[in-house]
Amino acid sequence: MALQMGASVRRVEDYRFITGQGTYVDDINRPGQSYAVFVRSPHAHAKIKSIDTSKAAKAPGVVAVFTGKDTAADKVGGLICGWVVKSKDGQPHKAPAHPVLALDTVRYVGDHVAMVIADTLGQAKDAAELVEVDYDVLTPVIDPVAAVKAGAPLLHADAPGNVCYDWELGDKAATEAAFKSAAHVVKLDLYNNRLIPNAMEPRAAIGEYDRATDTLTCYSTSQNPHVLRLILCAFIYGMPEHKLRVVAPDVGGGFGSKIFCYAEETACTWAAKKINRAVKWTAERSESFMSDAHGRDHQTHAELAVDKDGKFLGLRVSTVANLGAYLSTFATCVPSYLYATLLAGQYTTPAIYAEVKTAFTNTAPVDAYRGAGRPEATYVVERIVEIAARQLKMDPAELRRRNFIAPGAFPYQTPVALQYDSGNYNLALSEALKLADYAGFQARRAESERRGKLRGIGFAAYIEACGIAPSAVVGSLGCGVGLWESAQVRFNPTGSVLVYTGSHSHGQGHETTFAQVVADKFGIPIENIEIVHGDTSKVPMGMGTYGSRSLAVGGSAIVRACDKLIEKGKKIAAHLLEASVQDIEFAEGNFKVAGTDKSVPIGQVVFTSYVPHNYPKDLEPGFEESGFYDPLNFTYPAGTHIAEVEIDPDTGVIAVVNWAAVDDFGKIVNPMIVEGQVHGGIAQGIGQALLEGAVYDKESGQLLTGSFMDYTMPRADDLPSFKVGTTETPCPHNPLGVKGCGEAGAIAAPAALMNAITDALGTEIDMPATQEKVWRAAQNRRMRAAAE
Amino acid sequence: MPKVSMTVNGKAVSAEVEGRTLLVQLLRDQLGMTGTHVGCDTSQCGACVVHVDGRSVKACTMLASQAEGSQVTTIEGLAKDGKLHPMQEAFRDNHGLQCGFCTPGMIMSALELVKHKPNPSEHEVRDWLEGNLCRCTGYHNIVKSIQAGAAAMRGGK
Ligand code: FES
Ligand code: FES
Repeated sequence: MALQMGASVRRVEDYRFITGQGTYVDDINRPGQSYAVFVRSPHAHAKIKSIDTSKAAKAPGVVAVFTGKDTAADKVGGLICGWVVKSKDGQPHKAPAHPVLALDTVRYVGDHVAMVIADTLGQAKDAAELVEVDYDVLTPVIDPVAAVKAGAPLLHADAPGNVCYDWELGDKAATEAAFKSAAHVVKLDLYNNRLIPNAMEPRAAIGEYDRATDTLTCYSTSQNPHVLRLILCAFIYGMPEHKLRVVAPDVGGGFGSKIFCYAEETACTWAAKKINRAVKWTAERSESFMSDAHGRDHQTHAELAVDKDGKFLGLRVSTVANLGAYLSTFATCVPSYLYATLLAGQYTTPAIYAEVKTAFTNTAPVDAYRGAGRPEATYVVERIVEIAARQLKMDPAELRRRNFIAPGAFPYQTPVALQYDSGNYNLALSEALKLADYAGFQARRAESERRGKLRGIGFAAYIEACGIAPSAVVGSLGCGVGLWESAQVRFNPTGSVLVYTGSHSHGQGHETTFAQVVADKFGIPIENIEIVHGDTSKVPMGMGTYGSRSLAVGGSAIVRACDKLIEKGKKIAAHLLEASVQDIEFAEGNFKVAGTDKSVPIGQVVFTSYVPHNYPKDLEPGFEESGFYDPLNFTYPAGTHIAEVEIDPDTGVIAVVNWAAVDDFGKIVNPMIVEGQVHGGIAQGIGQALLEGAVYDKESGQLLTGSFMDYTMPRADDLPSFKVGTTETPCPHNPLGVKGCGEAGAIAAPAALMNAITDALGTEIDMPATQEKVWRAAQNRRMRAAAE
Repeated sequence: MPKVSMTVNGKAVSAEVEGRTLLVQLLRDQLGMTGTHVGCDTSQCGACVVHVDGRSVKACTMLASQAEGSQVTTIEGLAKDGKLHPMQEAFRDNHGLQCGFCTPGMIMSALELVKHKPNPSEHEVRDWLEGNLCRCTGYHNIVKSIQAGAAAMRGGK
């Protein structure tokens, strides 16, 4: 049978989606369900003087109205942050209380004040309008740099100066020394704009209580149902894990925003038991804008020390990152360990020092969004390297080449904690140059100029740490959980296979890719394999999907379980073939006595295990095994993206005219799916660079970009078609040799595109490069040229 | 409550609705046809596109009562006798979907485009899709799918 791995197999899951038969949380309706609507704070910062729910409670159809008093009385714990980051002085980060429903203070527009539950959604909405809240409005602080200045309004009494942590990484003295010996120092100030993830499916939850078994069920749009169960049980409700079932069915995109445990599913599931009735909530898009965890929002100063030949000597980076009003589930690790550890990029820079101060502000919580820390790191490194090339008047490709870690240097220990496992950075760069027709760029630029247009080209040679993560390593860095993955593989007696995985697919195509892996393992058709995920009552254990980990970690767990089954199969086959186990080989679906033509197909071995009439005496019947996989290291996907733009100086309109991406994801199971992931990532990166930006009014703290009419999402006509290619250096430490591909595009694209735009304009601008900013820069360029 | 009657995917249906009930709410909540999705509250995303009397419509932007007496087609009504519509096939063949949430609206919207432009250029497809948002695919494969679907429809499948 032809191998499935490496083939662009059409996706198994597509049939239900293209026929409208997917099952997303909002498509689920439970018998007798009620509907919840949240009353949200209209103020960015205020004391709650009183809440009067009496009118709402009497409105038609209303079942219950709950406030923070009710959750507190029931000892519902606050939302947690699962990663401890220590400040320079050794103190753990400040972790102020994050109540599910506000107690006496609201800290951002959209903060949860009360929950109204009614028979119909319309009734709940109507009644929510009747909840009267008396606020004492306080001054908000929105900008993280302003928040950590003396005299700024204070959000939490237990976080003085609004600082969550003040953290550092790297060798400060060595870095200072490097700068002393440098021939050139390149400086850069940048803003990494705040983004709103906007998965197309809004978050939703249904809580349900079964009195007979005293069991709760939470249907949730979650990327990691088992982690949600753990957090809800162990930290919030204080109940045994086996009494809560979390179901995350079809989920319509996540991009990080659905990793976290939010107030809404916590409240709905708690309330379901209170009122002994299912409670359903689906976010309206405006609620997504206000209350989904946002991403990025860094202000950074960086300096690069370079010697006279263009070798990088040192990099120092100072960042203030916005964490919002409260800590979301993994907020603390994103601007620290997922960020500064990547500042070596693809380069041999010997000395690096980074410091990161994180601030509480009166904005929505900020947490992981596609790439999570790594896009921010890439943006710093690849922007400053490009600027260095311009200042040194060197070809940007050549400057990068001069500083690349050589293919023979792996494993390579960086000065910022990570040990890169494999890579060939020059190869990816060279392939990208060809794909982009870099050689022809000057001619294209001249041609654009003749038409009065400005053309620019920009590179991003990115690296990321994926396959998150070796538990012992992240544990030593403060992570509160293990980041292994688990799988169970079960053959039915008649030969079909069920694979239970703790990974969660919300667009990634696991039902296809994982089945390809299993098909090749056993030499059986893909149609005989079903991948099951997203339900804690079916899948034994799991850590979920984020950090491009599903195939590298989840897939490896599946391989482990498969290998155990093959070992067991050898014993059964040895018995059937009257041979010794050592002589049995397994290939292409057959157990064979080595060097003979005696063999037995796997189907017969499986059947024998369930009908063990003629069976090894000391062997358990059945054909089912589970596997856990804890990675030995992160994986390190890397590559080069090259963007080319043409700008109309009269209008400021940017046309992205060419995009070449060459990525090294290690081994690839399904090239079609990998390309799709790259496309989607690039689109989000282009969105960040050109269009997107969450904006709060600095005075009032109102979210100005609270709908699709104000927050510009990339549309089809904003984007080009993409040219994508791959190179392959297999990951040396996982059984599949894979590295992960989900985040690469979003990591590489902003730097590549901003490098292209600033190349065309001949001046620096910050993201998003809106038409107005670009037009102004183009006009200034004209005036400069006229003056010269 | 007023009663509305219409034909949905070839079947006569009627239901009692509030004055404020949207067509998409009728379809999803009362008729149980959850293939049509809701992705926004400002008529921007196009996850809710259906056909009403042969024209593509954002079902979140039309009252159920406005569809009185109409012929409504949703994503559930495209496949005929167990055979997928060529546009559905094209999305599957060209990996035009990832999470699938925008997909029903994309397919329904694409069919309206093909009615006007049986052989749309890449530019025409991208231009047409300004009312449909996808956060997963970067549109690259959606554009490919729509062009391939249009070609298959021209082929008379
Ligand atoms: S639901 Fe977004 S346009 Fe209809
Ligand atoms: S496929 Fe997920 S939004 Fe389009």
